[in-house]
Amino acid sequence: MNYDRYINPDIAAVPPSGIRRFFDIAATMKDAISLGVGEPDFVTPYHIRNAAINSITDGETQYTGNRGTPELLEEISWYLEHRYGTKYNPKTEIMVTVGASEAIDVALRALISPGDEVLVPEPSYVSYSPSVIFAGGKPVGVVTTAETEFRLTPEALRASITPRTKFLILPYPNNPTGGIMEKEDLEKIAQVVREKELIVISDEIYSELTYGGKQHVSFAAIPGMWDYTITLNGFSKAFAMTGWRVGYACGPEELISVMLKIHQYAIMCAPRMGQVAALEALRSGRMTDYEDVCRMRESYDRRRRLMVEGFRAMGLDCFEPRGAFYVFPSIKPTGLTSEEFCNRLLKEYKVACVPGTAFGACGEGHIRCSYATGIDKLNIALERMEAFVKSLK
Amino acid sequence: MTKFEMELLDLLKEDCRLPLEKLAIMLGSTTVEVAETVDRLEKQRVILHYAPTINWDKTDRERVEAMIQVNVTPQRDKGFDEVAGRIYRFEEVKSVYLMSGGYDLLVLVEGRNLKELALFVSSKLSALEQVTATHTCFVLKRYKEDGIIFEGDKFDNRLVITP
Repeated sequence: MNYDRYINPDIAAVPPSGIRRFFDIAATMKDAISLGVGEPDFVTPYHIRNAAINSITDGETQYTGNRGTPELLEEISWYLEHRYGTKYNPKTEIMVTVGASEAIDVALRALISPGDEVLVPEPSYVSYSPSVIFAGGKPVGVVTTAETEFRLTPEALRASITPRTKFLILPYPNNPTGGIMEKEDLEKIAQVVREKELIVISDEIYSELTYGGKQHVSFAAIPGMWDYTITLNGFSKAFAMTGWRVGYACGPEELISVMLKIHQYAIMCAPRMGQVAALEALRSGRMTDYEDVCRMRESYDRRRRLMVEGFRAMGLDCFEPRGAFYVFPSIKPTGLTSEEFCNRLLKEYKVACVPGTAFGACGEGHIRCSYATGIDKLNIALERMEAFVKSLK
Repeated sequence: MTKFEMELLDLLKEDCRLPLEKLAIMLGSTTVEVAETVDRLEKQRVILHYAPTINWDKTDRERVEAMIQVNVTPQRDKGFDEVAGRIYRFEEVKSVYLMSGGYDLLVLVEGRNLKELALFVSSKLSALEQVTATHTCFVLKRYKEDGIIFEGDKFDNRLVITP
């Protein structure tokens, strides 16, 4: 049977993730080292796992309220205020979602009207543009470059705005570049946002992972920006809790309540076990001054240095990432495209990386390497890559 | 102790075979500084020894371990130190700890077989005049030692590539 006439052509036209093909090849190669993993190599701390186990043993297996458990909402509110100086009312301005991914989807679906343009800095996480399309909007890429440390510049932002532009996705600290936005950078963006009256969807999932003494600044903390911002965050990266699928969205009640409507009908609630675990992550974090997070951050930081130096020693330009757990070196001197480089590196030298083009066309000439992998493996991967780059000369 | 020294110790504890250059890169330091610090920590006997953790059960070597709880009479002026010293000098003894609780010293011993350890307890340990009682517990299986889990821990459930 031909199903074409039943399938939404707009959805069919969205290409599958560029990451997928590499996954299929890499998954079959046993001795390959993968630098393609976009999640922590830590297991969720034991006390967090244990809290969830206890709740299951105690029979806490039911739905929670649509918005999330009151305890978790309270704790998120406390966390955001004390960590980033942003105030959200737990009863009206926060909702718990199935990972920050759901928060992205729900925010876009709740806000976008047909034909609205949504600005997406590139390179960035693979889901934004497809999610905009699924929501009936038009994604407009805003190019960021290594020369400006992959920051979103007000000039590039202005140049992309049309009368149809309503939203800006602000993905910092950034996957795949590791770029961050500091206070001054955000203030410049804030001017444009105020002037053009954009709503900003600030995806701050990597907010705990910044290096070199650079504390993450939340966009909603920039004076006057709270009203313009939906902040998205979650537990996956900071607390090594990817599989639990717990994230959250915060913003003005008027916007969150519309998002909550979709969440309520489509999802009902984030899994209770995940919410219990998330609550333990925040509570214990508060009591131990985020000891687990600090430990993981320091560990990433060392590996980050190792990778940057490793690529520079190969003669490849490598922007020093200030956040997340990726390096995004330039492979231009090799003369290969990102795709060719990654293909050959995987097949000939058994190291899996993701081509920069998976994160937007402007990622050409770069590859994304995750350093959320053991030091021993990183060292072997660097040796293999060095041998590969040498073989190309 | 500085933060730099602590971080260096953490890294060495994880893998003491990391080359000095790599350690320096990871700590944002220089090879010379790392070398000098390691040297100093060794001299100060902060770093005592570099050795792998071995799962002897996977080798052909016959090996029996026991933990012996020992009650002793402390000596005037010297407390437990002297008797502890007399115990830890035996080759069979791997570790000695002074303990709080129902006994005084915990002595970890290792031998080729049960007979060898039995002989150690009866003829060497119990023969010490300050030793008043011993309670020997043999190790049946080792699950985790010094932070390293012996079996089934090296899993990575992550997908090979994720966005």
